Amino acid sequence: MERLLNAMTVLSLVLILLVLRSLRRAHIRVEYSVSWLGAATAVLVLSRWHKALDWLGLRLGIQDAALALVFTVGCLFLIVFYRFSIVISHLKDANISLAQRVAILEFHLQSLHENKEKIGISS
Amino acid sequence: MSRRMNHGSLLIIIPAYNEQASIGEVIRQTNQALPGVPVLVIDDGSADATAAMARSAGARVLSLPHHLGLGGAVQAGYKLAFELGYDYVIRIDGDGQHDPRDIPKLLDTLQATGCQMVIGSRYMDGAANYTSFLRRLGVNFFRAVLRPILGKPVRDPTSGFVGVNREALLVFSRSFPLEYPEIEALVVLQRRAFRFEEVPVRVRPRIAGRSSITAVKSVYYILHVLLGVLVNILKFERRRWRR
Repeated sequence: MERLLNAMTVLSLVLILLVLRSLRRAHIRVEYSVSWLGAATAVLVLSRWHKALDWLGLRLGIQDAALALVFTVGCLFLIVFYRFSIVISHLKDANISLAQRVAILEFHLQSLHENKEKIGISS
Repeated sequence: MSRRMNHGSLLIIIPAYNEQASIGEVIRQTNQALPGVPVLVIDDGSADATAAMARSAGARVLSLPHHLGLGGAVQAGYKLAFELGYDYVIRIDGDGQHDPRDIPKLLDTLQATGCQMVIGSRYMDGAANYTSFLRRLGVNFFRAVLRPILGKPVRDPTSGFVGVNREALLVFSRSFPLEYPEIEALVVLQRRAFRFEEVPVRVRPRIAGRSSITAVKSVYYILHVLLGVLVNILKFERRRWRR
């Protein structure tokens, strides 16, 4: 059990470092890093705070504290994935609207140019 | 054309994605069937010469900056048509399966009945020759699903040969399903108490290319459309409860 908890600690530390590195390199925006950092910090704290983990295991009906942590990690990351699904859906909608608007504006511009050319030719 | 028609303010739209082999012929046939009626090709980020072929055949082209999928392309066409003030828009496919000589039938029905949407149905005069067994099975399934929702039977809910008037244009400009839009669009209209009619149309083999809906994709198609229909019903019911 202790080995699994240690692995979780290392995993959460790696995740925090990875997210911070991505933030520094501007590969991830601050607002989207919060969910990952929050989830990783929660895992880090729980994997080191045995009393809290035992209490959680008791509440969840899981005798093995490490299993309780795995369950909690699963739930936390499901929430993160759900949040990002919402963000991606919003971004996709915005992207489609923008792409349509760009195409329509280009079409209007093209029409204006053609009309100008026609007027130029006739005069 | 054998008789003089009042085209009113009609725009023909053709969503196209990598249709360079067929788009020119479809536009030429459309111009022959309806001389003087503007044709707009919505190039959905094609990697081939679809846009160039369409322009050289005499169509105007709305070029999307990247691939949006069928619904996104059709909606872009509807938005532009609405902005340009068109009263009627008829959509045909770019693969040549729809016969542009049937367009006047759709327009006549829109004008005569005042319905908001008309579907060119492949199944009204017996079974269509150029649809696969799987597709017909799917169509029958959706007919059964849609019957109680729409309150009347629909023979060809997956047809891409569709005409709409300005009221429907306004609705679709604001909200239009992005993937596999035909069936969801029917539900969207029905929830707003709009009417639709069906007219029989001819179906021909594709000039080129293959259907994008494979056997595996058809399972995804069914699940996606069912979910879309359910979501549309729930959205509408929620709004009704709030009122």
